[in-house]
Amino acid sequence: MNRIQRLFQGKNRNILNIYFTAGYPNLQDTETIILNLEKAGADLVEVGMPYSDPLADGPTIQESGTQALQNGMTLPLLFEQLEVVRQKTNIPLVMMGYFNQVMQYGEQKFFEKAAAVGIDGLILPDLPLYEYESKYRKIVEELGLSISFLISPQTEAARVKKVDELSNGFIYMVSSSSITGAKSEISSTQIDYFERINAMQLKNPRLIGFGISSHATYRQACQYANGAIIGSAFIKAVGGSTDVAASTRDFVKGILTA
Amino acid sequence: MAPITVNEQGYYGEFGGAFIPEMLHPNVEELRQKYLDLSSQPDFQREFQHLLRDYVGRPTPLYLAKRLSEYYGTTIYLKREDLCHTGAHKINNTIGQILLAKRLGKTRIIAETGAGQHGVATATVCALMGIQCIVYMGEVDIKRQAPNVARMRMLGAEVRPATSGSKTLKDATNEAIRDWINNPVDTHYIIGSVVGPHPYPDMVARFQSVISEEIMWQLEEHTGKKYPDAVIACVGGGSNAAGAFYHYLNEEKVRLIAVEAAGEGIHSGKSAATSVLGTKGVIHGSRTLLMQTEDGQIVEPHSISAGLDYPGIGPMHAHLISTGRAEAISITDEEALEAAVLVSRREGIIPALETAHAFAALKYMQYKPSDILVFCLSGRGDKDLDTYMKHL
Repeated sequence: MNRIQRLFQGKNRNILNIYFTAGYPNLQDTETIILNLEKAGADLVEVGMPYSDPLADGPTIQESGTQALQNGMTLPLLFEQLEVVRQKTNIPLVMMGYFNQVMQYGEQKFFEKAAAVGIDGLILPDLPLYEYESKYRKIVEELGLSISFLISPQTEAARVKKVDELSNGFIYMVSSSSITGAKSEISSTQIDYFERINAMQLKNPRLIGFGISSHATYRQACQYANGAIIGSAFIKAVGGSTDVAASTRDFVKGILTA
Repeated sequence: MAPITVNEQGYYGEFGGAFIPEMLHPNVEELRQKYLDLSSQPDFQREFQHLLRDYVGRPTPLYLAKRLSEYYGTTIYLKREDLCHTGAHKINNTIGQILLAKRLGKTRIIAETGAGQHGVATATVCALMGIQCIVYMGEVDIKRQAPNVARMRMLGAEVRPATSGSKTLKDATNEAIRDWINNPVDTHYIIGSVVGPHPYPDMVARFQSVISEEIMWQLEEHTGKKYPDAVIACVGGGSNAAGAFYHYLNEEKVRLIAVEAAGEGIHSGKSAATSVLGTKGVIHGSRTLLMQTEDGQIVEPHSISAGLDYPGIGPMHAHLISTGRAEAISITDEEALEAAVLVSRREGIIPALETAHAFAALKYMQYKPSDILVFCLSGRGDKDLDTYMKHL
């Protein structure tokens, strides 16, 4: 059992998962951000591998990725940083990125390296289910890594079940039909969708992401799922900051308390 | 050799597939399930053929270019896609896709464009059908292809600038994909080339295959032979090449020559020569050859021609080139400009900058005086006159 699975075994409500883009705002902020997220009460951290062409992301995350790449972030460097961070914390860590990055690193080598440095889970939004199932599921599961696939309001029931079968950590529930950072309130159509998914009795816990940006939206998401994922709002909070550690803690406190 | 075709998962050999975020899956899956069935229905075919004939102006001529033939010492035919309504082959595909979009009940169309030819062709069919049209175009391309931006606006389309990355075709495509993610129900995305997730490469190739279908019977009329010795076309994403090659794919006696943009030189750092510089990876939803760093970051390409300024290549072309079925030739900005002048002055036809690359390939090709070469004259050069005047 990895740290993600242990987390959900001990706590299945109000999970706070924060996404950050590795290498942003500064190349060496990875450790500062992860440790301060943990200190302030985040349950899970999603480490974004910056990418030149992030199709599912809005302008905030894309710009942070561009900046991170300009700062000199690469996958080998990120793995080095994460190996060091892992000695200092037990918080579950998920790597999020686009499949081309994994392909260029070498799929098998990437999965092995991720497991070796203490990564617990993966989110690869453009990796198709059938590619994963036919080529990578075996090694990912053997290495004890979790993988989270996405569902959206348009995902059909049969496919939600397939996502549930292949995911083994949590399901990433995209709150609305959108790229990241796009919306700011939860609508009644979204609530219908959350309730429809809840009624399906899936084996994996669900975290709601996309458009969660405040204490209020976090609380709302927690009513309909096991927790929430916040990305763009956090990127904005640390973006202009001169004290990344303090901004990180303040942001998490602001989400957790009214 | 096995017939060249796409399999159920959308692969040509090891290239293709559908590497897309879940938010796009319902739309792409709906298309995959329906495109073959809908486009083969008699009512679809009737409307498609009617529009190709009476609206686009097909069949386009296959023209024996005497003075060019004389200059190069061989026989050269030009497939005159520049004479299509809107001035390029792009409209063959947009007619097909707008008819599909209507049958799928879509009420809003989005497209990406590089040189603006696909944007104009999309704006045109949207005006024809009375459907809302939004075209994403890189900021850099909006500047260098101003006449086409004006045409799109005249036709009632909204042109939205793509301001990220290199601000060219790749980035316009990213923005169009993001728009589709945000508008999954009412919108159809008309991709202009044989790129993107399956079924786009196959669907666009089929709509463009009218080019080689006509070449076959026209060449037979002219020469008594259906099969030329070579078919030559420029390749950015590769839609005119896909159409010109299509009915010859499995005829190995016909050489297929894909001409790409070397920009300021293949190894100058300002190039779009994907067949040389590209490695296997994923771009815009398909596994193909693309220009990227060791770390898998997509490299910003360069070509003087906005239509070829793309860091990838359609998966079918990646397959054709990597198996040796097609030969790739890389042409610099300078060579393309020279060829444009030559074709203009020897045939009285001003080709698009994209197309000019195909003509420049002659100097690197092996051919015999007895050969019959067919060039796909994919578009006309009106949009490039500013660039031509600067270099004349």
